[in-house]
Amino acid sequence: MEDFRIPVGERASEGVDWVVENLGSLFDWLRSVFVGMYESVNWVLSTPPAIVVIITIVVLGLFARGWTFAVASALGLLLIVGMDQWDNAMNTLALVLVAATIAIVLAIPLGIAAAKVRPVSIVVRPVMDFLQTMPAFVYLIPALLLFRVGVAPGIVATIIFAMAPGVRLTELGIRGVDRETVEAGQAFGATPGRILRQIQLPLALPSIMAGINQVIMLSLSMVVIAGLVGAGGLGGDVITSLNRLDTALGVEAGLSVVILAMLLDRFTSAFGERRGLYAALRKGRPAVGNV
Amino acid sequence: MSSNEIVLKAQGLYKVFGPKPDAAIKKIQGGAPRDKIGANNTAAVIDASFEVQRGEIFVVMGLSGSGKSTLIRMLNGLWEPTAGTVDILGDTLTGVSARKLRNIRETRVSMVFQQFALLPHRSVLDNVAYGLEIRKMPRAQRIERARKYISMVGLDGWEDKYPKELSGGMQQRVGLARALAADTDVLLMDEAFSALDPLIRREMQEQLIELQSELDKTIIFITHDLNEAMFIGDRIAVMRDGRIVQIGTPEEILTDPANEYVSQFVQDVDRARVLTASAVMQPPAALMQLPGGPRKALRIMREQQTSACFVVDRHRKLLGAVTDREALSLLRRGEESLTDHLSEAAQTTPDTLLAELFIPAVESVLPLAVVDERGRLQGVVPRVVLLAALGGEHEAGVNAQPIPPALAPSVVEDALSADSGPDVKPVSTASTVQPQEEDN
Repeated sequence: MEDFRIPVGERASEGVDWVVENLGSLFDWLRSVFVGMYESVNWVLSTPPAIVVIITIVVLGLFARGWTFAVASALGLLLIVGMDQWDNAMNTLALVLVAATIAIVLAIPLGIAAAKVRPVSIVVRPVMDFLQTMPAFVYLIPALLLFRVGVAPGIVATIIFAMAPGVRLTELGIRGVDRETVEAGQAFGATPGRILRQIQLPLALPSIMAGINQVIMLSLSMVVIAGLVGAGGLGGDVITSLNRLDTALGVEAGLSVVILAMLLDRFTSAFGERRGLYAALRKGRPAVGNV
Repeated sequence: MSSNEIVLKAQGLYKVFGPKPDAAIKKIQGGAPRDKIGANNTAAVIDASFEVQRGEIFVVMGLSGSGKSTLIRMLNGLWEPTAGTVDILGDTLTGVSARKLRNIRETRVSMVFQQFALLPHRSVLDNVAYGLEIRKMPRAQRIERARKYISMVGLDGWEDKYPKELSGGMQQRVGLARALAADTDVLLMDEAFSALDPLIRREMQEQLIELQSELDKTIIFITHDLNEAMFIGDRIAVMRDGRIVQIGTPEEILTDPANEYVSQFVQDVDRARVLTASAVMQPPAALMQLPGGPRKALRIMREQQTSACFVVDRHRKLLGAVTDREALSLLRRGEESLTDHLSEAAQTTPDTLLAELFIPAVESVLPLAVVDERGRLQGVVPRVVLLAALGGEHEAGVNAQPIPPALAPSVVEDALSADSGPDVKPVSTASTVQPQEEDN
């Protein structure tokens, strides 16, 4: 048995090398796209004074969930400013927003396809298992080789790592829509596209929103790890504090991550529930799907 | 209630779920039992054929697993039959393109679902207008139409509510309004009232019948509840293990079950609420047609051994009744005409349920007269027939011994004065009770 060795790693490495050599220009283009997106979002978040961004977030929070949440987010964001992590936090937020948006844009159609077409589901499921369970650091290696140091490998690794729950919960949500309600659409002569738009997606929305929430949360955790490949932001400080055994910096950067995480989680979970001022303005309209 | 136009026609419908449906059908046609057609094959519907006429409520009745839900879903192509055809007004549903099928569903056949299947994120108004929206009717027009049907099912004022703000019964009214608003030729109802409370269910059944008589819809109604089937169905198809075992009117199913299964099934039915006067009525025994006087009436009563007789005019229109006592006293007074001395006979219509006949039957000395809408005498329902019908064999009522006829008072008086023996007395006292009752 000592000679028994399947060179999986070697082959994978050769594959990546081949891609780097032959498809280098494609990845350069992708890199510039990702970097461009990140820089635009980051510009929007980082250019205005902190207080303007904070007020904007607080107002959004007021609409999404109500007063308590608005006050709590104001306090949290002020704490980040007080810990001198504001710029890092905005960099990280920009990374999360870009990566999560791309992940969601890929995940939802894939989830719909998996729900509608059985073979797609059969293929997608193990792929999602693979993406979700492979240790997150491992993605960084090929990402680093393909996209070089910077935000691009961070974004790519984040997309891959965070996509799975978006696909899964979309598929689950659409499959879980009451069969009779779908039949009702069919029985009145609706086309499959109309049934998807008017029945399946609205009724699956709570599940899809849960998926989006998960994607964003996973993105945030991966973005911190992406600090290892020079993605910067809070992740950069976390890595630095680890290297220097700098407890003070570690706590401040870590706490900022926690505050961002809670903010993002509460925001995204509120969308499916229709609470706060937004709901009050559209009085009487019940939440979708909670039947 | 129905013209003879065939609206929906199902011929030789089969639905087999499983890997080899066609082979399974061959086996069934070759006589194989339902459970021996291959490991993973399930024959949900086997050789179902029937025709539904315009304006009819056709009920498919069976226990769960009998294939009735599968059957109804083949009638609008939600499920493609493994074999057989479905035609709705000449349009074949089977083996057509998806576009054609959608077109047929839009215009020909709509559906009401067991769990209502409303769209929870749309208001009642938008739910009801859903079918019209699919048909691309302009918004203003479809809203107007939806309001009309919402009002028809009695939900005025609830247009802007959402389904979950409504009770189950109200939600199903929305489902019904949605199906009616689509204005299709056929309305499929899949266990539509089964999820409702019994009281609401009865209310909905009554409303459905009312709407049906108003709109003259052709309805195919699925249920597992025999009483419901009997109550609303013009005709009933009884299903068992995927096959239709009998098709007939509620009365036919009840009085002439096709096999042991059906007869066991119907034994618990409340017959008094299914059978109507016309199903149990008999030809009147004592009947006098005008012209004629008391003498003729007495003769008829003597021949028929009854104590009273119905009087009709030349067109068989019921004028009333006369008892032997009255006829006798008229005869003694020398009256030639009966017309001014007729007593009113208790009447009912052919469609009246037996349950509604008991009290009138008790209150009337004569059998109940069954008259049509023009007042013509169709038949009579004696009390014995009512009792026999409840026992499940209304034929028995026909053979029942008539109550011994009342004797003419003169005869009784003669007998009493002559003291001709004790055995006459009980007969006369028992039977003379009847005319006295009538005086009340």
